[in-house]
Amino acid sequence: MINSSQHALKILLWRDFTLAARNKSEWLNPLLFFVFAAVLFPLGIGPDTTILKQIAPGIIWVVALLAALLSLDTMFRADYEDGSLEQLTLSPYPFALLVLGKIFVHWLLTGLPLILLSPLLATFFHLDVNATLILMQTLLFGTPVLSLVGAIGSALTVGLKRGSMLISLLVLPLYVPVLIFGANAVAAATAGLDISGHLMLIAALLALALTLAPLATAAALRASIG
Amino acid sequence: MTLSEFLYMDGYYLYVWASYGLALVVMLAQFINPIRRKRQLLKQLGRKKRRGQRT
Amino acid sequence: MLQAITKLASLKNFYFFCGKLLPWFAWPTLILMIVGLYWGLVEAPADYQQKDSYRIIYIHVPAAWMSLFVYMVMATSAAASLIWKTKASEVVANSCAPIGAAFTFLALATGSLWGKPMWGTWWEWDARLTSELVLLFLYLGYMALQSAFEDKRTAARATAILAIVGVVNIPIIHYSVEWWFTLHQGPTVQVLQEKQAMDKSMLYPLMVMATAFKTYFATVLLMRSRNEILERESHTKWVQEEREHL
Repeated sequence: MINSSQHALKILLWRDFTLAARNKSEWLNPLLFFVFAAVLFPLGIGPDTTILKQIAPGIIWVVALLAALLSLDTMFRADYEDGSLEQLTLSPYPFALLVLGKIFVHWLLTGLPLILLSPLLATFFHLDVNATLILMQTLLFGTPVLSLVGAIGSALTVGLKRGSMLISLLVLPLYVPVLIFGANAVAAATAGLDISGHLMLIAALLALALTLAPLATAAALRASIG
Repeated sequence: MTLSEFLYMDGYYLYVWASYGLALVVMLAQFINPIRRKRQLLKQLGRKKRRGQRT
Repeated sequence: MLQAITKLASLKNFYFFCGKLLPWFAWPTLILMIVGLYWGLVEAPADYQQKDSYRIIYIHVPAAWMSLFVYMVMATSAAASLIWKTKASEVVANSCAPIGAAFTFLALATGSLWGKPMWGTWWEWDARLTSELVLLFLYLGYMALQSAFEDKRTAARATAILAIVGVVNIPIIHYSVEWWFTLHQGPTVQVLQEKQAMDKSMLYPLMVMATAFKTYFATVLLMRSRNEILERESHTKWVQEEREHL
């Protein structure tokens, strides 16, 4: 059974990848938003290096959060509309595991590129190499939490016609802890403080989200399918 | 303690009475709302029934 | 079929049960409010540091307590409706949200009105005010999700999951905000640490007010639940009979 579940998961992951590869705008647009929105801040605030350095962690994290939010609406929508999601709930494999697979694909397409792009933004904001590395570390632990928690909101609203605005209302309050730990770790690093505690807290959030969010998402999807 | 002293609240009258006034308004509204809603619901039900009888 | 009948009966029974309970909460609320207000505003001595401005505590603290308590009631009945699929618990969970949001709003507004004379500013990013603000967002999100569905039962299942997710998150949010606050501690706000052993003459009226808020919540909750049952069961015979009876 475990082997066949693994096999089913592999097939599902491959299918989701190929589908996403065909539909580029779905994951490319949030990435472009991430860069464009972050560039707006220096333009609005002014090119003062010390100020930019100070606000950089907060801004990059907030923009990353908003970019993740943008991509949530499409997470389950297509599968819900063509009925393949319902098929998945009826399959003999644990539904929460399949959901976790879908969330993983979502993270690979939206979270991972965001991490890879973050050094670019860090140079815009004059962050030094050390702070940039820590920013990438916090994003590495933090963006999966964004995908996992966001999946719950996406699953709750998948049956609604105008769900995209609603997702942000549901998910943003739940993003507060990740934002606090993520942005403050970078801020502490620029101040020369030890940040292992911050990283461990984000990792703890990730562990919690990883265990509970797929279950909640699966339950929410079942409720939406009815 | 005189009444004016009581109302003056050691100079904090604005904040104290604004808090209590706000609480009064919000809690009274929360209380009255369901009563009005019930009246409205019963009226709707009556209309539905009369329509049902006519057809 | 049999199951459907028992379910319907339980909503009907619940309606009359709520009606019977109602006066047992409504009248004590009135009495406790009058006693608590007189005790807190007139009898209780003024604080030696904050003078009479501390009297906001008799609204602020009960409202803040209730904001969390209502969420717990909401999440508990949401969990019950997920586990046992009982309609009565769905009704209770749905009726909680607007009341909880009102309490949270009151806690925030009175906290701000207290903060102005004490801190010299309407808003401080204090740990407690901030987590109350996030709690208000959670309530508003819950209400938005609830109103987005047309089918009441789908709405109940979706909102129940959201409420439970919220319960897991509330302590995390609270501690992260607290930790964030201590990291950025700006002007000292120790003035508002009302935990430093309140005198009994001030504590007792606070307890009376807190009890009054609890019974008030029960009263409004019962009233809202009854309305929602009427709405859900409007097609049934007993609701029509109830209408003629009134």
